[in-house]
Amino acid sequence: MSSHAAAGTIDHHHDASTSTGIPNKKLLWWAFLASDCMFFGTLISTHLVYRLNPPPGNAEPTKVFNIELTSFSTFILLMSSLLMALAVNAIQRGQVKSMRTMLLGTMFFGCIFLGGQVFEFSHFVHVKKMTLSNSLFGSTFYTLTGTHGTHVAIGVLLLGLMYVRSFKPAHSHGTFGDLGLTLFHVLAVCTAMGLSFILIIPGFLDMLESGSGLGAFFSHHTMPLIGLAIAGAVLGWFAKTSGNSDFDQRNAIDVEAIGLYWHFVDIVWIVIFTAVYLIEYL
Amino acid sequence: MAEALAKSDFIGKEHSSGPKDITLISRPTAKTGLISWLTTVDHKKIGMMYGSFAIIFFLIGGLEALLIRTQLMFPNSRVIDATTYNQLFTMHGTTMIFLAVMPLNAAFFNLLIPIQIGARDVAFPRLNAFSLWAWVVGAVLLNIGWLSYVNDAARQAFGGAPGVGWFGYAPLTSKAFTPLLSTDLWAMGLQVLGLSSIVASLNFIVTIINMRAPGLTMMRLPVFCWMALVTSFLLILALPAIAIALVEVLFDRNFGTNFFEVSGGGQPILWQHLFWVFGHPEVYILILPPMGYVSEILPTFSRKPLFGYPIIVFSGAAIGFIGFGVWSHHMFTTGLGNVATAAFSIATMAIAVPTGVKIFNWIGTLWGGQIVMRTPMMFAIGFIWMFMLGGFSGIMHSAAPADAQQQDSYFVIAHFHYVLIGGATFALLAAIHYWFPKFFGRLVPEFWGKVSFWLIFVGFNVTFFPMHFLGLNGMPRRTWTYDANMGWNEGNFIATMGAYLLGVGIFTYFAVLIYTYFKGEKCGNDPWDARTLEWSIPSPPPEYNFKAIPTVHARDAYWYEKNHADEIAHERADHMKAESSHGGIHMPDSSWYPLLACIGLFIGTYNFIQLKLPVMFGGSQIAASHLPFAIAGGVILFTCCYLWSLEGPGGYHIHIDDEGNETVTRSH
Repeated sequence: MSSHAAAGTIDHHHDASTSTGIPNKKLLWWAFLASDCMFFGTLISTHLVYRLNPPPGNAEPTKVFNIELTSFSTFILLMSSLLMALAVNAIQRGQVKSMRTMLLGTMFFGCIFLGGQVFEFSHFVHVKKMTLSNSLFGSTFYTLTGTHGTHVAIGVLLLGLMYVRSFKPAHSHGTFGDLGLTLFHVLAVCTAMGLSFILIIPGFLDMLESGSGLGAFFSHHTMPLIGLAIAGAVLGWFAKTSGNSDFDQRNAIDVEAIGLYWHFVDIVWIVIFTAVYLIEYL
Repeated sequence: MAEALAKSDFIGKEHSSGPKDITLISRPTAKTGLISWLTTVDHKKIGMMYGSFAIIFFLIGGLEALLIRTQLMFPNSRVIDATTYNQLFTMHGTTMIFLAVMPLNAAFFNLLIPIQIGARDVAFPRLNAFSLWAWVVGAVLLNIGWLSYVNDAARQAFGGAPGVGWFGYAPLTSKAFTPLLSTDLWAMGLQVLGLSSIVASLNFIVTIINMRAPGLTMMRLPVFCWMALVTSFLLILALPAIAIALVEVLFDRNFGTNFFEVSGGGQPILWQHLFWVFGHPEVYILILPPMGYVSEILPTFSRKPLFGYPIIVFSGAAIGFIGFGVWSHHMFTTGLGNVATAAFSIATMAIAVPTGVKIFNWIGTLWGGQIVMRTPMMFAIGFIWMFMLGGFSGIMHSAAPADAQQQDSYFVIAHFHYVLIGGATFALLAAIHYWFPKFFGRLVPEFWGKVSFWLIFVGFNVTFFPMHFLGLNGMPRRTWTYDANMGWNEGNFIATMGAYLLGVGIFTYFAVLIYTYFKGEKCGNDPWDARTLEWSIPSPPPEYNFKAIPTVHARDAYWYEKNHADEIAHERADHMKAESSHGGIHMPDSSWYPLLACIGLFIGTYNFIQLKLPVMFGGSQIAASHLPFAIAGGVILFTCCYLWSLEGPGGYHIHIDDEGNETVTRSH
């Protein structure tokens, strides 16, 4: 339910029912982001303190990092913010379909970033032999970037749930059937996104890294690709068959709230990319 | 503004006859009985549950303190063994801070903030219920280790209650020194309590900033609400530091990382920094709300407005702000270097300035007032005096060379008990006494209130004043016992006698409350002739708090109403009409999901800390690891949160007719 009661045009920048004019949900998210700054601040401090006082035998960051890949996924993550902004803009104008496309795009870009991180982590562990526990650099690096990755994954999940929410039928009767369909829809979104960033995108990156060719990629990832195709077909079916939905401008605040979080997580990545990666190449 | 508020969802519009929300469990509608308490989203019920759980833990923490004092009564005593003693002082500190004073403050935040700002509930009622139940989960995790004393299997798994001290210094928390689960339970328990506090604080920040009644500008906000706002900001900004530090400890213990492992290059001093970056703001988290209670109580019983309102508010904010820059004064003896030591020393002295400003303003409030010596007033004045004494010894610590002598001695114990009992607890006891009539409709007998005050006041000073001398004579903090020739015998004996007297006082205080709950003299809306909005509504308040949202005309809102009765009566009638034309009073529905989500949280966290251990049941192994259970808990938590979001805020409308009869309507 939106906090805007009035029908007709909606002022997306002022909520008359609150003392300040800021919608409650937005204020909640802003306060949470302030808190989240301190979470990342603590993790980044821990990392930098130990980079300045490395123990003997610590991993050497420049020998571990693959800066080209990380730069690429950084770029993708930043571009996802553009799609997120477009999604918010679309729903503020009441264009639900356009918003759905932009949400899927944002989620896809988020999954590319996450896939890059999954690939990076497994590469560091298996090839570079840097684990969570065998060096202090590993401890701080995996904890910090892992926390950020978790934030991105939660963001993708929230976007997915919002995507499904935008299909809530305009004439729902609140039955178990409706609930079942909703959960099935959520399952399809989660399957598509999970397979993409855990298996398929890392596999694709692995193919590029090793130069083994598309054939090997397909033969190694047949099952995940079939799973993705099925999940995609389910999503397509939902998109085709859905009628009018109970989702319009009044829900813009909900999308905008996730957007705030998404942009924040991107900004944090700019700080992490600088403080953890780029600084090592000075 | 009134029109806008009347139109908003919160006060009530006709619920659009749109699609129904999808629910799995139908929403409970009980107003009384167990289910109504388990599923409630009413801030008053949530506040009362916070309060009663907190009082139970306050008594448990007090019992732990009495055991500690009994052990220290005579030299070379063997009443309690050393390991148990460690667990007792650890859990005494942890309990009193996280399970007594903080939730008591949370109880008053819940009970008072919405009413004082003229609202009908907090901004996110279900989230509020989640905070309460998450707090219960944290409390259970922290205390579950005590089962070791009644059950052998529990002893083998937990190894007792947590025993690493309330600030759990590394490397004591590493597997090498505390191999069993007690330390994991401590870390996870604090983590969950932190989650609860952050969620609750976010809710209160939004409530205070966004849900003020028309006319209630920030500079008309009751000082208590101001202090609650500053405290909430401190909580959301300070807790992340310890949350990450606890994650690092849990990783060190369970996944082989090296954050605080010296052998792997980790530095235990980092723990001290991260802990105190949280730990020092925590001190202000404990004391700022009490400063708020006192700022409400003193004017009422001085028959005067609060002296210097703006400067009291700004001082509170300044204390919160500077409070983030003084953490290293807990670490003067660790060798920070001269510049850092000097900087933290000066910042610590600076924070005494806003604190002193407040004390002068409270004295200014008393000055020339017609002072009414009721029990809450006695506790409040006791607060000013005792808190000041604690502040004086605090200023002594701020000089780093002096602190080097006092560090880890009983002098420090004396200091922070003056601040936390003489300060925070006195103010809380004042507040419980002051607001009891509002929420239970009965007045605590004055004679017994005063008896309990004097018992507590004398007992407290007899217990803790000698500790200043014990500390300066070299008695170390946390010592299990001491030799008879150290010159500490008399001081310890007197302190223990004082502690028993204090125990009698606290017992009297709560016994009188229980008596009053059943048999006390009934009172009206406003027994103290007070000045803030909560006294304008019936005692106990109805679920919707206000028949019509008030308009606030002055800083002492209810005082103004009492002096402008005709104007207010007109205005009220207009507001009632505006609201009923928009569908009546909108109330949120109860929900099962906050409670169910927290059950998932408990299953998840309890199993996560023992992830790699086999699951034993009745002496036989039923699973190789706790992983499936941890995942199951996480899935329950997530599913409940999702279903919670699907069920929507729901709600119903209450209509009040001219005779005051209530009818309830639901739009579906």
